[in-house]
Parts: sequence; C-alpha cells; structure tokens
Amino acid sequence: MTLLQIAALASVAIAGGAVVAASDPLRQTLVLSVYGMALVMLFFVFQAPDVALSEIVVSTVGLPVMILLALRKVQEHERERENGEDES
Amino acid sequence: MSFLPFAIAAFLFLAGLYGIVSSRNLIRAILSLTVVQSSTYLVLLGIGYSKGGQAPIFADIPATSKAVDPVVQVLVLTDVVIEATVTALLLALAVQAHKRFGSLDPQDLRTLRN
Amino acid sequence: MSRTARLLLFGVGGIGFGVVLVYGLSGLPAFGHYEGVYGNVIDGVGVTLRHGTDLVTALNFDIRGFDTLGEEFILFASVLGVVLILRQMRGERERPARQEADEHTLAGASEALRALSLAMIPAILAIGVYIVVHGQLTPGGGFQGGVILAAGPLAVFLAGRYLRMKIVAPQTLIEIGDAAGAMGYALIGVAGLALAGAFLKDFLPLGAVGHLLSGGQMDLASAAVGLEVSGAFLVAFSEFLDQALVVSGEQG
Repeated sequence: MTLLQIAALASVAIAGGAVVAASDPLRQTLVLSVYGMALVMLFFVFQAPDVALSEIVVSTVGLPVMILLALRKVQEHERERENGEDES
Repeated sequence: MSFLPFAIAAFLFLAGLYGIVSSRNLIRAILSLTVVQSSTYLVLLGIGYSKGGQAPIFADIPATSKAVDPVVQVLVLTDVVIEATVTALLLALAVQAHKRFGSLDPQDLRTLRN
Repeated sequence: MSRTARLLLFGVGGIGFGVVLVYGLSGLPAFGHYEGVYGNVIDGVGVTLRHGTDLVTALNFDIRGFDTLGEEFILFASVLGVVLILRQMRGERERPARQEADEHTLAGASEALRALSLAMIPAILAIGVYIVVHGQLTPGGGFQGGVILAAGPLAVFLAGRYLRMKIVAPQTLIEIGDAAGAMGYALIGVAGLALAGAFLKDFLPLGAVGHLLSGGQMDLASAAVGLEVSGAFLVAFSEFLDQALVVSGEQG
C-alpha cells in the first residue's frame, strides 16, 4: 500500500469521526462537505475516477444545499410558533 | 497493514451507527446515516483493487495492461447519486415531522394519529 | 425506553456486531490481491467487445444496462416521494413571494461573488454536457454529467437571487425533463427489443474505438440518464427552496 493511500484512509477515518462528533446540524453539514472531499481523494487513489467525479458534486454542493434549506425551514417554523404563542 | 481499508470501513460503520442511536436531533441522525453508507463504498472499492492496477479506462494505455475491477466501481457510482436523493426524501420526512409534532427530537415523536 | 437504556443496549449489541464484522471482513482476500474472474475478463475483452474505452460506462449502460434501469427508477421514485411530501398541506399559505425573498440577498454577498457565480454558469453547463457525451471515451457518463448539470442553476441561487433560480429552471420544464429522461431510457430498451430481438440489446452500429460516435447506444442511454438525474436533482432543490422561502406555516 502506497503512502498516499495510507494518508487518504487516515483522513477519511478522522473526518468520519468528526462528522459523528459534531454538536449541531449546521456544523455537521460543513464537516460533511470536508468528509466528502476526503472521500474523493480516496476514490482517486483507489484508481476509480468515475466514482470520484460523481461524489465531488454530490457531497460538496448537492447534499449541503438540501440540508441547509431544511434546517432553515425548521428554524423559521419554530420562530413562527414562538411568535404565535406570544401573541395568543 | 493490508487490512487497513476494511478496518476503517468497520470503524466508520460503527461510528455512524452510534451517531444514529445517540442523536437528539433527527437531522443529525440522517447525516450519521450518510457516514454508514460511505463505509460500504470503502469495502466495495477495497475488494476490487489489485496492486499495480490502473483505472479501467483504456484511452491512452494499451488494452492489455493490468487494471482494477470495473464492476464494483459501477455499483458504487450509481449508489453515490441514489444516496443523495434518498437523503433528500428523509429530510423531507423530518421537515414534515417537525411541522406535525413541533420538535425534531426522536423521543418526542409519536405515531401519526389524526 | 430511556436514552441511557438505549445507549447501553447499543453498547452491548455494537460490540458483538463489531466483532462479527471484523471477523467477516478478515475472511476476504487481502487488499491488493484481487481474485475475481469476472473483472479480469471484462478488462481483457471489454474494449474489443463494445468498442468503448471507458469500461465503467460500458458496463453501466451496455453490458449491465438492466441494473441501471432499476437504479434510475429508484432515483425517480424517491424524488417523487419528496415532491409528494413537501407539497402544500392544508393550513399553509404562500407568502407574497416577490418582494420578500428578493430582499433576502445573502448578508455580505458582494458584487464580486455575484459576478463570479453568474460567470460560472455557462462553464458548468458546458462541462456537464461534455462529460455526459464523452462518457464512453473518458471518465464520465450519464450520472456524473447529470449532477454537474444540476449544479448549474444552483449558481444563480448562490449569487443571491433565490427566486431567479425558478425562472432559470422553471418547475414544469424540469419535471418534464425528469420524466422524459426516465421514459427515454425505457424506450431505448424497447427499441432494442423491436429492432434487435432482446430488451436493451444494442441496435446501433458500434463504430470505431476512440471516436465520439462509437459504442452503439451508450451515448443515447447516457444522455437519457443525464437528463433524468439533472431533472431529479433540480426538482428536489426547487421543492426545498419553496418550503424554505415561499410557503409559510399554519395559521398564526
């Protein structure tokens, strides 16, 4: 196993642990993007360029956008509920 | 040392499972599910790799050179894209659960009863 | 059950599962010593058999094209689920969308960010189409190019003009694109049935290795899947966008 592969595997393991250990969903989304890039490096080093191509866009742009929009909807709904309870 | 990819895949699987079980927020559980799914990619690509092999694309290398297994790459490739849409479905369910029950805590969710 | 009881149960179960998992994974052939037969056979004969140099795309759309049909419909069904769940429930009303969300420009979205994002859109679309079309020659294909194409209209979103994204990618157009892509792939299979005798069998001439118009139906299938994947992602994005910025909550 070449040194590059060992380095890629180590970074994937560390980033994966960081995703699970992050405290709130917003922070976790950003760590997820970093984890996606670590996975892309790993796929390249394992001689799989096709897989790396699809993982780049999905994990850095596609998934975080949907998560952030869902988080914003939840936040806004909570704020509206609090305003509704204050008024009534 | 040659067991390292599979060991890290097992670590990611267990870490993701721990994240799902111990999270107080539905969206955190969904993101930990992503980690579990990516551990399977690691196992599949680790099976197909052969030492000294190159990518299975013969555009500029002679057609008889040694290459890694292309079949597992097909499986992982489609799975990456499908995982994103399934995560979108789970996020939509979480948003509607919040609308219905008012909180994203898995302890507070009850059965859907109208 | 309470949270500590759940964690304790997971601790016991997780350790047992971890032991069995590691034992099972250690039974695999050592990393780097690939022992399969099918992969080596495909590597050996794939180029001469299907006249394409990218064997991953050749497997995806030609040799194992039936699996791709199933996976494409998984994508279609899950985006259908997203649309069904997020459509307006009773008691919700649309905010007057125009002025409120247009004032929602990103805090600190400078002119430079806006100009750069808008300049990136043609580059993203061109790269996406290139990767879809050149799938059988270099790394690429329908799935990769499709997600890159879906990221194009997102640059409008990033530039701070949220609702303009709905003008660039209007709702009916992306839904039609998504459905047309899924139907197109199935129709290619039916054409194989009608013209060559078996579902998804190649019915176009194979062409010379290394040229753009080679590989028979791989290009068509790649284009159909690219259309479907980009349509599916854009539908999911615009549904979430509607929920976050346009639809408001229950009466109150």
